[in-house]
Amino acid sequence: MIECFRHPNITIHTQSEISKFEGSVEDFDVKILKYPRSVDEKKCTGCGLCSDKCPVKNPSVFQAELETRKAIYIAFPQAVPQVATIDREICLWFTNSECRICEKICPMKAVDFEQKPKELKLNVSSVILATGFELYNPKEIGEYGYGRYKNVLTSLEFERLVCASGPTGGVLNRLSDGHIAKNIAFVQCVGSRTHTKGYPYCSASCCMYATKEAVLIREHEPSSHVSIFYIDLRTFGKGYQGFVDLAKSHWGVKYIRGRPGEIREDPLTKNLIIHYEDTEKGRVERLEAEVVVLCTAAIPHRDNKKLAQILGTRLDEFGFFDVIDPILNPVETNIKGIYVCGSCHGPRDIPESIAEAGAAAAKAAVDTIRLTVEVKS
Amino acid sequence: MIDLRIGVFVCCCGINIGAYVDVPAVVEYAKTLPGVVYAEENIYACSNDGLNKIKEAIKKHKLNRVVVASCTPRTHEPLFQAALEEAGVNKYLFEMANIRDQCSWVHMKEPKKATEKAKDLIRMAVAKTTLLEPGDEPEIEIKPSTLVIGGGVSGMRAALSLADQGFDVIIVEREPQLGGKMRNFDSLFPHQQKASEILESLLQKIQTNPRIRVMTGGKIKSVFGFLGNFTIDVETRTGTESLNVGTIIVAVGADILKPKGLYLYGEDKRVITQSELEEILRAGSVDANRIVMIQCVGSRSAERPYCSRICCNEAVKNAINLTQQDKEVYILYRDLQAYGITYSRLEQEAKRNGVRFLKYQQEKPPKVTAETDGLKINLYSPTVNEDVELKADLLVLSTPLIPVTDAKELSQMLKVPLDRNGFFMEAHVKLRPLDFATDGIYVCGTAHSPKDVGESVTQALGVASRAAIPMAKKRVRTAAIMSEVDQTRCSGCGTCIDVCAYNAIRKNEKGLAETIAAICKGCGVCGATCPEKAITMHHFTDEQIEAQGLAALMEE
Repeated sequence: MIECFRHPNITIHTQSEISKFEGSVEDFDVKILKYPRSVDEKKCTGCGLCSDKCPVKNPSVFQAELETRKAIYIAFPQAVPQVATIDREICLWFTNSECRICEKICPMKAVDFEQKPKELKLNVSSVILATGFELYNPKEIGEYGYGRYKNVLTSLEFERLVCASGPTGGVLNRLSDGHIAKNIAFVQCVGSRTHTKGYPYCSASCCMYATKEAVLIREHEPSSHVSIFYIDLRTFGKGYQGFVDLAKSHWGVKYIRGRPGEIREDPLTKNLIIHYEDTEKGRVERLEAEVVVLCTAAIPHRDNKKLAQILGTRLDEFGFFDVIDPILNPVETNIKGIYVCGSCHGPRDIPESIAEAGAAAAKAAVDTIRLTVEVKS
Repeated sequence: MIDLRIGVFVCCCGINIGAYVDVPAVVEYAKTLPGVVYAEENIYACSNDGLNKIKEAIKKHKLNRVVVASCTPRTHEPLFQAALEEAGVNKYLFEMANIRDQCSWVHMKEPKKATEKAKDLIRMAVAKTTLLEPGDEPEIEIKPSTLVIGGGVSGMRAALSLADQGFDVIIVEREPQLGGKMRNFDSLFPHQQKASEILESLLQKIQTNPRIRVMTGGKIKSVFGFLGNFTIDVETRTGTESLNVGTIIVAVGADILKPKGLYLYGEDKRVITQSELEEILRAGSVDANRIVMIQCVGSRSAERPYCSRICCNEAVKNAINLTQQDKEVYILYRDLQAYGITYSRLEQEAKRNGVRFLKYQQEKPPKVTAETDGLKINLYSPTVNEDVELKADLLVLSTPLIPVTDAKELSQMLKVPLDRNGFFMEAHVKLRPLDFATDGIYVCGTAHSPKDVGESVTQALGVASRAAIPMAKKRVRTAAIMSEVDQTRCSGCGTCIDVCAYNAIRKNEKGLAETIAAICKGCGVCGATCPEKAITMHHFTDEQIEAQGLAALMEE
């Protein structure tokens, strides 16, 4: 992020979206709607005094809503740009015409309640879509108890819990009683590879990040037990099989082949009883865990439809951006000059996304070069 | 020697440092250190405001050395160095003390000790700063041309993209013709396009592109030079030619394992590999009614502890094609690698078409017996907890991609590493998957690891953009942090040349070691190894590190 921010050829427009789009490759006219931050980006130094004094709290999206943030806030510690923003939905000034404490406390006089949405006009030769993905909300899979049982978490919530800058400072305090969990189970394919609730496809990265989390837990707490429930262990990337082998042999992570049918909470201990069929043994069994982590499907971003409509790009049957020639032009959409990279056109892991980013950059570079240099033929 | 005028800037990093370290006390302490003429506190030293304050202070107090005590140089050193340059001070007269990541963050519960440690770290940085010298950054010119080693689909696609971007490309292919492994394929998922048609269109583009030169039947004999200026000797039928290019792309692809000794392969004609099946399908139909495929033959094993990524999907694709010819197909697998959307679709199509999937366990692999009327395959199915017996007319073994035979030889010539499985190893798995640690050399396609055609092409396009960056810039500056060999002390033993990971040291005409400044990454291994102490690491000299160490041990 900081490299992008500092690069002399890169301009970043945050809190912005495309509102109008016209033209063709090498000559696209793009209108960008920049929503008001209510803070002057040039003046704010990101000192955080405003957030300290702000009286309004709301769940922090960054911390998977496990922690609160203020109405004036910096999204996360390494956010780029390192500038505060006001959430007008909850700010007392915008909702109730009172307070304005942040304005008084700011030493740089950066708070600006009068900011209006701005429209920017750009002319560009090509466009790269890198809008990413969302995670499936497993609430609708009632048998797993997410939302009802406090100790059933999504993988993203778990990531925040074990992060040193997360709400618990990296300690795996479970949500029901703060007790440090030492017996953890991961469930794969929650909302993926299913024809009932969720999506029929494989989300491509869950087997490996669950393995990574499992190793992390065992590294931190050698007395802990970690089990991973899976259908097929998908170790297709470079070095993945070796990592799983190590997780099994060195870290003692237990892999159980089978998709749990039901998870129930013990009302006294708040532990979770997982009912499953072990398809390696052909037997129905149960396992008790203190925390269950659901590795949920990577799904299309909800705004893809809107964006696709503005750009004229095609979506697949799920709502991911589609490419026309997956073999020879794997990052090109149906509109010449619009390219995709990363999970906005289907779930994929980081190395693949980075390679695609390079590919999209190469395609965009050719469009720009055709404009500026006469290519000898 | 000029008067030392050191300025120390202590950053609060908002509350990150300020809440745990007594910053005003640290500033006062810094003022007492030898050579320090000015010290101040910043809320955020890296903000525009903070940087301006540093620049103003440099001018006002005529500072000629600067220490910033804040976060990590990994992210912020270039920012502060730029501020120094703008204020007219050489960027190598700068030092950072990491009082956040290595101090306030890890000592949040002991603020007094954190404050003392911050003072120690600053004292050490100031001690080193006293001995710093200005550095000159060597500039190298980049030749706008690329050598692509390997003329398969990856190499060709990378070459075309670079040519489109205006660079000259030479493809060296060891076979007599371009095309690589794709020449053997029948059709490609997801649209079942004929591989030969796709290949034909690529070949035509390559042949008609004036910027691309193809050398078939060529073998790389030697590689010298560095980013911007490589010299490569290539041996062809007509003799040896010397090529001169700015960048190199490794796209040598992979081989397919022949599973000799496994499941009667090589003993019974009815046992073939998945790629041999492709050849048969390409030529026409298969003379068998019931076909059994076994996955992970020779992969995900102790000998080859990696998944070959493409075999499950290749098997599923071929199985679909076979069911369309009314064949009965069984796939015996361990974990089906139908990852992502495309392959999930393919798996579902196979199941709809009646392809049967049976899981086997690694520790109980299927047993194959040859009988006159067919092959008998026995396996234990954990799913139903029973032994299963199958009859087959044809057994197809899915074997992994393996590194090409001369991967090691080539890696030694290029001085780039291979991974534990013998594939080329990238600089960083996640952040730099297409670069080598050595500047100017890149990797794509199955030379890097097994992957399908679309994924190889993605990497090929990606690698084209990586290689284009220095070439588009025409010249690049490299850091002045490099080694220098004292010619009066060097004995010419060559130890430094052996340990250098970047090919940055050579012997000169006197037989003594000499650093090629443009290649040196400043890692310091040569300096630490030299038995004669003839090598100086600029910016990390023995004296500077010693001063830092002594300052650490000094009582306040």
